[in-house]
Amino acid sequence: MLVGVDVGGTFTDFFFLDEERGTCRIGKIPSTPENQAVGFIDGLMRELSDFSEIAVIVHGTTVGTNALLERKGARTGLITSRGFRDVLEMRRRDRPTTWGLRGEYLPIIPRDLRLEVPERVLADGTVLQVLDQDAVVKAATVLREASCEALAIAFVNAYANEANEAAALAAVGSVWPNAHITISSEILPEIREFERTSTTALNAYMQPVIARYLRRLDEVLEDGGFTGQILIVQSNGGVMSAQSAARFPVKTALSGPAAGVIACAYIATESGYPNVISCDMGGTSFDVSLIAGGRNTLAPQTTIDFGLVVRTPMIEITTIGAGGGSIAWVDDGGLLQIGPESAGSSPGPVCYGQGNERPTVTDANVVLGRINADQPIGEKLTTLDVEAARKAIQAEVAEPLGLDTMTAAEAIIRVANARMAGAIRLVSIERGHDPKNFVAMPFGGGGALHAGALIKEVGLARALIPRFPGVTSALGCVIADVRHDTVRTVNSLLSDLDEIELVRWIEEIATAGLALLDQTATDFEKTEVLVALDMNYVGQIHTLSVPLGDFRDRLGSPLGRPEIAAAFGQRYQEQFARLLEDNPIRVVNLRAAVIGKRPKFPLSLLAPPEGLTRDAAAQGTRRIYDGGQWHETEVYARLRLPVGERFEGPVVMEQPDTTIYVDPGLAATTDRFGNLLIGRDV
Amino acid sequence: MAEPTIDPITLSVLKGRLEQIADEMDATLFRSAFNPIIAEAHDASHGIYHAATGETLIQGKSGLPIFVGAMAFAVKLVIDRYGGDLHEGDVFIFNDPYEGGTHLSDVKLVRPFYYKGELVCHLASVGHWHDVGGNVAGNYNPVASECFQEGILIPPVRLFSRGELREDIIDILRANSRLPESAYGDLNGQINALELGCRRLTALIDDYGLERLRAAFKGLWANAAKLMRTRIAGLPDGLYSAEDFMDNDGTTDVPLRIALDIRIKGERMSWDFSRCAPACSGPINISRSTTIAGCYVAIKHLFPGVPANAGLLEPIDFDVPKGSILDARWPRPVGGYTETVLRIIDVVFQAFGEIDQSLTTACAYGTINALSLSGKREDGKPWVMFSFFGGGHGAHAEGDGLNHGNAPISTATIPPLEVLESLYPIRFTTWALRPDSGGTGCHRGGLGAIYEMEILAPDATLSLFGERGRFPPPGVAGGAPGALNRFYFETDEGFKEPPMASKILGVRLKRGQRLRLETPGGGGFGDASLRNPEAIRRDRYLGYKTDREVGSETPAARLSQSPGA
Repeated sequence: MLVGVDVGGTFTDFFFLDEERGTCRIGKIPSTPENQAVGFIDGLMRELSDFSEIAVIVHGTTVGTNALLERKGARTGLITSRGFRDVLEMRRRDRPTTWGLRGEYLPIIPRDLRLEVPERVLADGTVLQVLDQDAVVKAATVLREASCEALAIAFVNAYANEANEAAALAAVGSVWPNAHITISSEILPEIREFERTSTTALNAYMQPVIARYLRRLDEVLEDGGFTGQILIVQSNGGVMSAQSAARFPVKTALSGPAAGVIACAYIATESGYPNVISCDMGGTSFDVSLIAGGRNTLAPQTTIDFGLVVRTPMIEITTIGAGGGSIAWVDDGGLLQIGPESAGSSPGPVCYGQGNERPTVTDANVVLGRINADQPIGEKLTTLDVEAARKAIQAEVAEPLGLDTMTAAEAIIRVANARMAGAIRLVSIERGHDPKNFVAMPFGGGGALHAGALIKEVGLARALIPRFPGVTSALGCVIADVRHDTVRTVNSLLSDLDEIELVRWIEEIATAGLALLDQTATDFEKTEVLVALDMNYVGQIHTLSVPLGDFRDRLGSPLGRPEIAAAFGQRYQEQFARLLEDNPIRVVNLRAAVIGKRPKFPLSLLAPPEGLTRDAAAQGTRRIYDGGQWHETEVYARLRLPVGERFEGPVVMEQPDTTIYVDPGLAATTDRFGNLLIGRDV
Repeated sequence: MAEPTIDPITLSVLKGRLEQIADEMDATLFRSAFNPIIAEAHDASHGIYHAATGETLIQGKSGLPIFVGAMAFAVKLVIDRYGGDLHEGDVFIFNDPYEGGTHLSDVKLVRPFYYKGELVCHLASVGHWHDVGGNVAGNYNPVASECFQEGILIPPVRLFSRGELREDIIDILRANSRLPESAYGDLNGQINALELGCRRLTALIDDYGLERLRAAFKGLWANAAKLMRTRIAGLPDGLYSAEDFMDNDGTTDVPLRIALDIRIKGERMSWDFSRCAPACSGPINISRSTTIAGCYVAIKHLFPGVPANAGLLEPIDFDVPKGSILDARWPRPVGGYTETVLRIIDVVFQAFGEIDQSLTTACAYGTINALSLSGKREDGKPWVMFSFFGGGHGAHAEGDGLNHGNAPISTATIPPLEVLESLYPIRFTTWALRPDSGGTGCHRGGLGAIYEMEILAPDATLSLFGERGRFPPPGVAGGAPGALNRFYFETDEGFKEPPMASKILGVRLKRGQRLRLETPGGGGFGDASLRNPEAIRRDRYLGYKTDREVGSETPAARLSQSPGA
């Protein structure tokens, strides 16, 4: 049995895959934020009495993200080069917002816990000053006595020569009481001292928290008879062993959202739509990510919060502040605005009756009849207060704009849809992709209500609603590959490139990565070593990622400058059309991904069972307001719909974790995998 | 015909669509630029401007804040000169700073936008080119006395005429830059950005119709104007004054006054700059359009919720007297415009300290410290490093100022020291916060920084263009000023400071010699005796505040230790 478990802020989702029997089940229970392991185990026990049946658990977690956002990591000390202890606090000289000079920055390691030691490496890797070992031991002792539980070591130019950092690591071993030590040349040997120091510091800060959590989880799982493997989802969409996660927790910073995108890529591709934009609408935000040709887009770094920069490859996710809880308001100049303020899930929308009196996007959906007030999602509420939502919209939006309540509610949806459409345009049109070639795949709780409007607004081909949108991330856990990304700065003119050393580096990275794959005790369909170089023309600012292909079967064999030059030329031409002949070329970084491909389950497992009928799925009708009038609208139980049925909008489909609304003028069909396709011409 | 009207919902939707077009124009140029000042520092901007008046209708959110106000004047210049002779497919290029704002490095492109043969609005692009000639590479000449020493001056000319590119114009531009390839690359990026803007705007009008777009332009302007009037009405009527000083103009060591008198009455206010110094011989003059652009930036910082279009200027009357340092005419030098604009923002913040303490912030560090180092490497190849440095932000009613931020007129980040060390023969010995540099107060000003570096090449020539070496960034509401800007360079006779405080041209340094820049912190907010004791304790143990008096040591004593020394 293979189990995917995704712990989100509100719900913990489960996907159980029984490979032998060829069956799958899903589960969903409220999260237990104080100790995520509690909800985790409860959810497992609902399905399984004996954990010994489980071979592998793949886990997407927000423990790391929350530790960063809530600043609940370990007390951490930093040892750095003399003259540079403020690098972490000075950032890249930015500010939180363009307009309004407000806001402070509190580094996760305060200034008194950042100590300097004599040592210096120059940009070319020359050691100008050998590390003073006594000074490092003394600094570590001071930090230990200051109750630090984790230690970060980041020296200037350590990307070019790790000798002084390695010596520091060896020296502090005698005084540091635990394994929570991170050195920058191991986690990110890449040029840019702030980004490297920040990534190192955040890793150290998260280490004790993640290690404790995984240990606790392991203990309770063992108590239940579990003897299998635990794998953890990383921000890059791959998974790693629990040991690796405890050592490199910073790589899990966006674990949960990444698993969702992985699932979208798989489901959509298998269903015949390799070009897809995943749309996750939560309580406070709307996250989109573009998948072209079945492949995710990776971003080299992300900012968790102002000044909290993590530079490890992660699935590129664009977030805007428009979720179900986003508040609708009218500014002093008479314009309707949505967000960025949000009522979140607590107190939540007005209709939750928990104290918020300002209308939200969800309130508008309730008033318009699109959300069923008698069957709220989740287990907390039994009914929603439509009247309170209506009053709030009347007072806060309708009156200031001189509209009636229903028009105002529709206006809220229209402006919210326009904002979400903007995010989709950003990742598609603005990156040179034609929306006509893409489908939108909403997942999470709220997205399916807006899918129809979004495809109309942006001109997307269709929307594809997976059979279980509420557990998409848990499903992603089950299919994600094991993956380790590594970067090393080369910083050399192509003409001066040391080919032998480059080949040796690739071999080293591959050997280390393949060993980590072995650690997961997984049977892989195949393993890959994907190599790419960050390159540019001398004088150009931004680099291009130049893929050199899979090196799994050519490790140690020569890699020549002409091959690299040709690959660069091809990539540059794709990107910018015109080559700059004679301009010298620079190789900035080597990037390698060691990937273990895990076997995938057939999507047909999700298909609806035989013997369903449209009539049996019908739930009667409900009045829904759209386009200035009420429509008596048919409602169906989505999971009871048979394959191959077609429905004209307006129509509503309900399932326990989401509501789907098909706008007038659009239609919906169910495909053989249980997906619902929405479009003009389906 | 009746005025076109638009419902408020469509207006909200169109606002987002139009802003996205401007943002995308910004992003297009950032991605393709060859020059780090555009690609990394985002010293560029794009927007949509009124067909008849040139007023800003829509502005990108990611461009340089100062351009948000300045570009309207650039577009107006084209309308004034060519209003009766505009054609579809025309693109104008120029860098005239007197009518078009800012300085010669900022090259502006204006493209009248037509839909089905009808002029609808103008699209414009501005970007800071790497080099446009003049006496000093990079165009920051701290001792310029005429604009001719700062670079080539281009009046508005047609780069494209009815869609036909005029290669001869490009030839002139290339012939006048030390970095013709960089200039050409940036120009291509700007042309592409405008082209993209035209395509997107055409598609938008296809969807929504021309009348609705025009109504949206009007509606957005009215929305900003109404928001601004509402804000002003909430302020107490009266006359409020502030004054501050520039150190000198780089040629004569005499302070220059920047003063502002704000009169508020009902829904309107007037901003009077009559008490400012007259135009000077050095490069810190600015044109009237730059002055208004500086005011625009200050207003947006004070009222961040008001949208960035010309409507927000409607309830404000400006008085910038002729012959003033804020009304530079040809051929006065204007290369150091940033410093004077920062001072305008400072006096606005100080005046608002009198009007409403909860709105304002104390002054930020107030200088960009443009440092250039150049020379020859061991192998004889030339090198030029050019960078701007950060400082502390001002404290405000809600808390302490930000440590080491960027200038209020910019959103640029600083290059990593490791990148600078890998590109140029220098080594930083210190890259640190500057203790005691934030002005004290109930809320403390953010800390400035200390950057110290050593020359690793046989020799180097240094130039600096900075300010706040004589007059520190003031606090507001009773807060103390931040520390002064200090600059030291090593000579055979020991460490020296420039005679003009923060401006110097062409000092020679040898291998192993150092230079050290200590940037100002921000001003404090409120009475220091009201500071929370816990915050005072924290400042101590974090070392933000020490017992040392700022600037008490000798330059040599301030230098950091050498490795191995």
